[in-house]
Amino acid sequence: MRRQGPLIITFITGAVIILQYFIPHRPFSDLQQLFNTWFLVIAVFALILGVGNLGKIHFERVFRRRENWPYSIVLILGFIIMFGAGIIWGIQRGTPFYYIFWNVHIPMGSTMFALLAFFVASASYRAFRARTPEATVLLISAIVVMLSRVPLGNFIWKELPLIGDWIMAYPNMAGQRAIWIGIALGVVSTSLRIILGIERTYLAGK
Amino acid sequence: MLLLLLLLAIGVNSTTYIESLNLTLVLQTSTFPETPQMLHGTAPPAPPTDITGQDRPNDAGGRTVVSWTKSADDGQGKNSVQEYVVFRSTNIDGEFTEIGTARKGVQEFVDISTTDGVEYYYMIKAFDGESFSEPVLSGAITSSAQWFHVGRVNMLVAVLILSFLILWFIQRAKKGEELYIRPIAGLEAVDDAVGRATEMGRPIMYIPGIMDMDNIQTIAGVIILSRVARKAAEYECPILVPTCKSIVMSAAQETVKEAYLDAGRPDSYDADKIRYLTDDQFGYAAGVDGMMMREKPGAVFFMGCFYAESLILAETGHSVGAIQIAGTAQPSQLPFFVTACDYTLIGEELFAASAYLSKQPLLLGSLKGQDWGKGLLIIILIIGIILVSFGFQQVVGWLTVG
Repeated sequence: MRRQGPLIITFITGAVIILQYFIPHRPFSDLQQLFNTWFLVIAVFALILGVGNLGKIHFERVFRRRENWPYSIVLILGFIIMFGAGIIWGIQRGTPFYYIFWNVHIPMGSTMFALLAFFVASASYRAFRARTPEATVLLISAIVVMLSRVPLGNFIWKELPLIGDWIMAYPNMAGQRAIWIGIALGVVSTSLRIILGIERTYLAGK
Repeated sequence: MLLLLLLLAIGVNSTTYIESLNLTLVLQTSTFPETPQMLHGTAPPAPPTDITGQDRPNDAGGRTVVSWTKSADDGQGKNSVQEYVVFRSTNIDGEFTEIGTARKGVQEFVDISTTDGVEYYYMIKAFDGESFSEPVLSGAITSSAQWFHVGRVNMLVAVLILSFLILWFIQRAKKGEELYIRPIAGLEAVDDAVGRATEMGRPIMYIPGIMDMDNIQTIAGVIILSRVARKAAEYECPILVPTCKSIVMSAAQETVKEAYLDAGRPDSYDADKIRYLTDDQFGYAAGVDGMMMREKPGAVFFMGCFYAESLILAETGHSVGAIQIAGTAQPSQLPFFVTACDYTLIGEELFAASAYLSKQPLLLGSLKGQDWGKGLLIIILIIGIILVSFGFQQVVGWLTVG
């Protein structure tokens, strides 16, 4: 029953979600929203597991003076300060939590996002080296599309934006649609395997 | 003279006030006026015509759709119409209540507050900012819920055909038939990657994306994790799984634990190596990057749903010299993985990985059915292109999902 229970729940949930796509009548029309709400409730409780895991690992690292333990102190302090500020003063505008969130957390996230520019540059350098005929086509296409998207491209040759649009609308779109069709079939196939209990690995089974 | 000007000013202000009061009353009382309101002496706009209504199709009830033909003064004629005001009543001779407006040029209004089975009458009036047109009335309209979405018949047929193909090939596989599956380079390299990390004395890092377990890509990622963890357990190579969601952490811990049990090495399993970092996208990227720089993994797997953090992670993995295998069904992130990783599973290959790696006949059968489904779709697409090229446009409607 340890294995059968989850499989039965998976089958019923999956079947109901498929049915509600084709049956707009109540109660089917409300079920997806209901299941989403249940998932959110589970996710909130599961967050306690995550925080517990995080705390256990970092407290242990500090107490046992493992490698890089000072970083764990930063993490623990950060957690305590944010958690405490949220509990004591709330999270609305004007509170310490709000201030720290907008002036520490968001800028740090933005910094990580900004690093993407440098990673794109290094990755592009490797990808666009014209070592093979395919890479050469990629390089030329990329240059044309990039130039077509800036005023300089129009200045160099007024047909360039049209060529850029053509590359995006036809070869690029055709490729993307082919990938999407494959993905859709893969999703249907995987879903069917899971709903019918053929694929059980996600339940930690063979 | 001054007194005269003062009186005149008061008079003008009073008129304006009374007129604006009238307008407000007309807008707020929302009752059915028998004649068009002319507030400033200018002619009211022409009314809309041909008002019709029906139950909104393919829904759970509680909605009707009212349609009309534009007023002669909407976009033409005096071009004075600003909006259409929609009134509703359950009795054609009773009081009509305003339920909403539609902007000029719009010829349809969806009433989302009906009770199924109740007859409603709708009245539409064009409004030019000062006065209403003659009202036009609809007949009785009733909303109801439907038991089948007729716009999705084509999708139902497609799902049934695909399901039949998959189940048919599963049956054939059950009977012991050999099924050929084309080699997928990225999956062939999984064992090599684990072996290489073991030889280098470095751990494996497995990243199951940043979405939760309600995402099919994450589920596919956790399924592949089972195979990778089993191989890692056989080679006694440590495996690190930083997760972005608590539920994924829990599922990954169970999966890896089971894989170690299967491999006969339950003692080597370390739950702390499958850890939760943060739900925050870039916080997670920073955490994983930090782990990569400290632990220097010999092999990195990216299997699941990724967004803007994909290249940040993959480039960091590349910089520490790890062999990298990625798989995602996010077309926008595929170019980044193709560039930064040694192997990339493109879209469907991510979902095929579990069957491919396990070599279980049942799973391989489903994969074969999926391939046949793809072949069928290609044929339909080619036929569709030919038919549309020869002017047979109905085929577009057949293939459009409602």
